[in-house]
Amino acid sequence: MPINITMPALSPTMEEGNLAKWLVKEGDQVSAGDVIAEIETDKATMEVEAVDEGTVGKIVVPEGSAGVKVNELIAVLLEDGEDAGSIDTAAASPAPAAAAAPAEAPAAAEPAAAASAPAGPAPVANDGSRIFASPLARRLAKLNSLDLSALTGTGPHGRIVKRDIEAAISAGTGKAAPAAEAPKAAAAAPALAAGPSADQVLKLFDDDSYELVPHDGMRKTIAKRLTESKQTIPHFYVSVDCELDALLALRAQLNGAAATDKDGKPAYKLSVNDMTIKALALALRDVPDANVSWTDENMVMHKHADVGVAVSIPGGLITPIIHRAEEKSLSVISNEMKDLGKRAKERKLKPEEYQGGTTAVSNMGMMGVKDFSAVVNPPHATILAVGAGEKRAVVKDDAVAIATVMTVTLSTDHRCVDGALGAQLLGAFKGYIENPMSMLV
Amino acid sequence: MADTNYDVIIIGSGPGGYVTAIRASQLGLKTAIVEREHMGGICLNWGCIPTKALLRSAEIYHYMQHAKDYGLSAEKISFDPAAVVNRSRGVSGQLAGGVGFLMKKNKVDIIWGEGKVTKAGEVTVSKTSKKAMEPQHPAPKGTKGEGVYKAKHIIVATGARPRVIPGIEPDGKDIWTYFEAMVPPTMPKSLIVMGSGAIGIEFASFYKTMGADVTVIEMMPTIMPVEDPEISGLAKKQMEKQGIKFLLEAKVSQVKKGAKGVTATVETKDGKKQDLTAEKLISAVGVVGNIENLGLEELGVKTDRGCVVIDGYGRTNVPGIYAIGDVAGPPMLAHKAEHEGVICVEKIAGKDVHAMDKSMIPGCTYCHPQVASVGLTEPKAKEAGYDIKVGRFPFIGNGKAIALGEPDGLIKTIFDAKTGQLLGAHMVGAEVTELIQGYVVAMNLETTEEDLMHTVFPHPTLSEMMKESVLDAYGRVLNM
Repeated sequence: MPINITMPALSPTMEEGNLAKWLVKEGDQVSAGDVIAEIETDKATMEVEAVDEGTVGKIVVPEGSAGVKVNELIAVLLEDGEDAGSIDTAAASPAPAAAAAPAEAPAAAEPAAAASAPAGPAPVANDGSRIFASPLARRLAKLNSLDLSALTGTGPHGRIVKRDIEAAISAGTGKAAPAAEAPKAAAAAPALAAGPSADQVLKLFDDDSYELVPHDGMRKTIAKRLTESKQTIPHFYVSVDCELDALLALRAQLNGAAATDKDGKPAYKLSVNDMTIKALALALRDVPDANVSWTDENMVMHKHADVGVAVSIPGGLITPIIHRAEEKSLSVISNEMKDLGKRAKERKLKPEEYQGGTTAVSNMGMMGVKDFSAVVNPPHATILAVGAGEKRAVVKDDAVAIATVMTVTLSTDHRCVDGALGAQLLGAFKGYIENPMSMLV
Repeated sequence: MADTNYDVIIIGSGPGGYVTAIRASQLGLKTAIVEREHMGGICLNWGCIPTKALLRSAEIYHYMQHAKDYGLSAEKISFDPAAVVNRSRGVSGQLAGGVGFLMKKNKVDIIWGEGKVTKAGEVTVSKTSKKAMEPQHPAPKGTKGEGVYKAKHIIVATGARPRVIPGIEPDGKDIWTYFEAMVPPTMPKSLIVMGSGAIGIEFASFYKTMGADVTVIEMMPTIMPVEDPEISGLAKKQMEKQGIKFLLEAKVSQVKKGAKGVTATVETKDGKKQDLTAEKLISAVGVVGNIENLGLEELGVKTDRGCVVIDGYGRTNVPGIYAIGDVAGPPMLAHKAEHEGVICVEKIAGKDVHAMDKSMIPGCTYCHPQVASVGLTEPKAKEAGYDIKVGRFPFIGNGKAIALGEPDGLIKTIFDAKTGQLLGAHMVGAEVTELIQGYVVAMNLETTEEDLMHTVFPHPTLSEMMKESVLDAYGRVLNM
């Protein structure tokens, strides 16, 4: 039987992706492991390899197609002796086990996603792409304040039909966000105001005074996640000033002592940011109650500090993660960060390199920013906004003195990290920054 | 030795059985079908198809009689009963042959004889002991014969047969079932039809048009009791205009056979008795499932009121044994059987299918005027607790209907006032059996009144009335 190749889920949360490029054409022979296509998700470009061998019978989704849903049929592979005539039957059948797997993903990390994906049609993304639902389902959803994008369709090609709405009503799932918030408020909470519509915005400007640039996947994801964060997470902010002179001295000393290879290139070159990452990781180790994630049922107590680092890249930003940063030496963190940052700019990060994490650092010091507050990026409960280290007048022993000072602001998810706990974490952080030798032991 | 192992064996080659076999084969299952007398079952040989051929003759005869209405003249109009019957047999013969061809094309083996499930996974086929009716169309060539055959999945699709009322047993001479009514040697001058369901009404309509004096006796207070009462009431009125007599809430308590035919004693609700005499009596009081001699009882397959009990996927309580179509319960319609069969084998093949939904199965009756419906009737919708909006549009408001000379009829739609869901559609009038499918598609796609109102219907067609009926339900009718 012809083998259906479906859009792979490159990560557990992936809902759709762009089919950037086909590396094979119809009629090409492929064997298992051959890279057949490149798929672009909101944050990365991944190669897809064939799982089975055969002849590419039909390319269903042409390259350059945006918003291809996970599990959607993208191509059909023919086995020996089959001709293209048998394809229709294959296309009509429900997707078998995903026939494509991400090429680079380590085997251990991905099977769960690949195997579980075909169990049901992927929920439809809520990023403006079309949600397939019957007219009756749409009306029932409206009448019952259900969010169609939160439902899974069981109709043809994953279409949401009446029975799906009825199932959601009886299971109490799929409530639209405002409705879900309602029980928390004593009185009926007013619905979240929708932003102005595109028409409303454009009306305010002359027709020839602007150009429209369509959002790419990353922009949509940033908009969606940050809106979600600000609407659902009660943010709380704690700021503190840290003196950097000791840290800068240690950094110079350590960098000076770095071994060089035959080209004279040092084995490491620590940045203030690398040391900030380490300090935050150690602070979380010392104050484990702050190293958490919120879920409605439980407090997720993390055993390691996985520190995400916001990296600005053309068109947006991405947050690669230094896993178990509390266990890693400064040189390891520094080199890892260089590699992640470089690949982030090339959009070549693997999903597991930017998804998850227990906290994050956003550093705008190099841009001369004095201080700012960052938006918590769930599942994190905290994010540290780091300002520039600059010489300031400080009072020491009742006298004004000069010191290099950096202001940091910790944003916390108040549902799981209260103010005092945030202050405690920041105190621990300040301790490592101002006594940097303690990071080395 | 010939291969006797299959993935699926289907007993019965009616519309349910043969469609199931084709689908099974398409799914890559090795499939055989067991048939004892005629490919295509009752539907093609003694039911749906040959009656449509008879009714077509009656319709053309009716138009010839009314040629003047269209500015035409036709004289000495007459018919040859034998030729009318021959045409009907020819139509069914052609289609039965077609089923044989389809089996061959789809590599489905035909096993000729009577099938019995001797144990789970085993069908024993023996020589046909009794034929329901002669003449039969010839059996296809190249079939397998008696023997023991194995299959992991056995699907019983043996259909149904006319229900018999004790004391009024059909004798094939004076008391007919649909079998005899299909092949009358001469046209009876007078006829009593017992039962006003689809079968009874179609024969009443046919024989009335061909000149018989027809009386229909029905136990329920309306004819075609499953239809919306407003629709069946309109149909009754038109048939009464043609001269068909109806006795409602009445039952035949006794039938005596005499030299002039039959005398039926009819008892009405008020206890009054009257004797009706006619040349022939057609017993059309429903059908019962063919569940006997299949080994079902021995294997402990659950049955209820003459039908095999199944779940939404055709599965009986015994693993590996399935049933579909009439034998698996109402509505006893060919198209229900087909769909039930397709769901059954797709489930067997491991496809992700949804269980049979019987709420959207259309029904068509080819009397004059035709009746067609899908979904809930008005009383049933109210009974189910819906707050409803009802739309109506009569044929008299439709240009095409007037041009056709068919100004009698009605299209009625029933919506859930709260959600706009189309709950049911009911029609009476010319060609409505061809129209109903538009609403069936709409219901299956879960359209609301809004989508139907946004749909452009072609002009001039009868189908425009379908849109008008929807508009009427929401107070927006245009052409009335």
